[in-house]
Amino acid sequence: MTQAKTFQTETLALHAGQSPDAGFGARATPIYYTTSYVFPDSDHAAALFNLERPGHVYSRISNPTNAVLEERIAALEGGVGAIATASGQAALHLAIATLMGAGSHIVASRALYGGSHNLLTYTLPRFGITTTFVDPCDTDAWVRAIRPETRLFFGESIGNPGLDVLDIPAVAQIAHDARVPLLIDATLVTPCLQQPFALGADLVLHSATKFLGGHGVAVGGLLVDGGRFDWEASGLFPTLTEPYDGFHGMDFAEESPVAAFALRARREGLRDFGACLSPMNAFQILQGMETLPLRMHAHVANAQTVAEHLLAHPLVQKVSYPGLPTHPGHALAQTLLPQGCGSVMSFELQGGRTAGRAFIEGLRVFSHLANVGDAKSLVIHPASTTHFRMTDEDLASAGIGEGTIRLSIGLENATDLIEDLDRGLHAAGRTLKKG
Amino acid sequence: MLRTISGHPVFVYTGGRPFDPQRPVIVFIHGAGHDHSVWNFQARHFAHHGYSVVAPDLPGHGNSGGALLASIEAVADWIVSLLDEMRIAQASLVGHSMGSLVALQTAAQAPERVRRLVLVGGVAPMPVASSLLDAARTNRDLAHSMINQWSYAPASQFGASASPGMCLTNVNRRIMEHQAEGVLASDLAACNAYAQGLDAAARVRCPTAMICGERDQMTPMRAAAALREALSTTARTRIITIPGAGHAMMAETPEILTDSIRGFLLEE
Repeated sequence: MTQAKTFQTETLALHAGQSPDAGFGARATPIYYTTSYVFPDSDHAAALFNLERPGHVYSRISNPTNAVLEERIAALEGGVGAIATASGQAALHLAIATLMGAGSHIVASRALYGGSHNLLTYTLPRFGITTTFVDPCDTDAWVRAIRPETRLFFGESIGNPGLDVLDIPAVAQIAHDARVPLLIDATLVTPCLQQPFALGADLVLHSATKFLGGHGVAVGGLLVDGGRFDWEASGLFPTLTEPYDGFHGMDFAEESPVAAFALRARREGLRDFGACLSPMNAFQILQGMETLPLRMHAHVANAQTVAEHLLAHPLVQKVSYPGLPTHPGHALAQTLLPQGCGSVMSFELQGGRTAGRAFIEGLRVFSHLANVGDAKSLVIHPASTTHFRMTDEDLASAGIGEGTIRLSIGLENATDLIEDLDRGLHAAGRTLKKG
Repeated sequence: MLRTISGHPVFVYTGGRPFDPQRPVIVFIHGAGHDHSVWNFQARHFAHHGYSVVAPDLPGHGNSGGALLASIEAVADWIVSLLDEMRIAQASLVGHSMGSLVALQTAAQAPERVRRLVLVGGVAPMPVASSLLDAARTNRDLAHSMINQWSYAPASQFGASASPGMCLTNVNRRIMEHQAEGVLASDLAACNAYAQGLDAAARVRCPTAMICGERDQMTPMRAAAALREALSTTARTRIITIPGAGHAMMAETPEILTDSIRGFLLEE
């Protein structure tokens, strides 16, 4: 059988989207720290605004450094194009605002990042967009939640913080039967561990702040268009299939049947909402992405070691990590995440809130902060931080207890991490003895 | 816009401006397994610079109905029907790859309807590797990968697209995936079977440009010599080479291609 050459993930992570710059041959991606671009003449300027010619006009809409980042993630994910945004939250808002308006409805997994939960629960209803949350593992619940005005399905590859593994092929099928796209937040897995488009998803977003950057120095987001959803056939998305007075009367699906979403998201969403990424941040995220494949494999190896250690510890009631056979999503993860389940996990400590506080304060290597996906190991107590706005009932339904601890396992030596966790567990155990 | 030809709906992209028969008309003809959207930049440019643009989805492609046309000659007949339906007395034809063969054949069989001819990534004959023909029939994913490998110059295999944030090879893959099963195989078979290209070239009377990608592996420049020679016997023929470009010039080097076509159409 004849084979065709396609570049693999490790190669794309280093090269996709960039060639040595034409002016000076710079091998690294230059930082184009400019707001705007000189037009050679008036006709060329008009042509750029009118999409007769490709190019950059103003860095809110596009920037050469950001374009490298966008093309790199599109290549890694297998999408047609991407939009860099100011944060992962901006990417989620851009996706929703591009697809729908007041009166529309979203079906979302209830196991979401707290920031996404806030946007969908508290903020978007003020703009007329409502969300029904469902148990991500209950496929019938996704079906039952569909309404005539549903325009999007949304879930995370691995649902934060319960680490639920989303059955993307099954949920995508339900979404497509309802003629709506499936948006996946793939932040915790990155394209090194899972490519949601290959499993049936239509749109992918990342908080690039996390593993893609890896260094914890730059906030950013990415929204990727898979290019397979047939907006015309669906008939539910007038923003993509009817002329838009705000941009030359363009009918985006007529202009490009496979990149209509990316076109509108950039030409309307970035232009009007303005949540663009700084080219400095794009550069920093690109530096991280060069080593993403190496880092993800190391993250996974450390996480598996830590999870197995915690599972065996007498003070630990439960460990949620799909890499463990005890996790309800383990079998599904072996199919959908064969390269590993990332490095975020949670566990339930005996002794509840008091023990949890003692545990965190007993750690020296782990940093107590509100982030995941750093090269350094991180720890947080969701009930009092990231998810503190949720009611007890909502917390419980999202799988978060008073004593739930979330870990993001970094790239330190695994022995050092285990010693540090044991130090924290010892401190937690002392609170139990006092009690 | 939608038109009806032989009882079937035909989608025609007009470059973002209404079709105006009073203006000089350019018909853009897409290649195998493609649709009108490969011409976005060129279509928009000419539609906003004094021309009326007609970029159809060929029958059975994109949003056009009707059965696939199994030969280049049949597609050329259909192009004449399209001109008739739209009451276009004469147009310049710009074709890419398979579309260049269609444009060539149309210019040969209906010379009075063709003002100028632009062949982008066109050679005649256009033999298609048996491995690609087989893959198009039995393994579309592999066929799409082979086409991407041969259509994009080495420098653009990694991207660095002129279109901000767009991954051109994945766009090309999705356009091909978007076509119904069998479309690519039928198109490639039609290219492979088209035997009268050089005879057609010898019948072309209008000024003709061949635009070649220097790094085109799908229709390499060395294979263009025979067509150039045949065209030159009767028609004023220009060869334009785009440095560094592959076969997918509309996407890889959109500005140079647009300017090359424009320069040729404006020549006295």
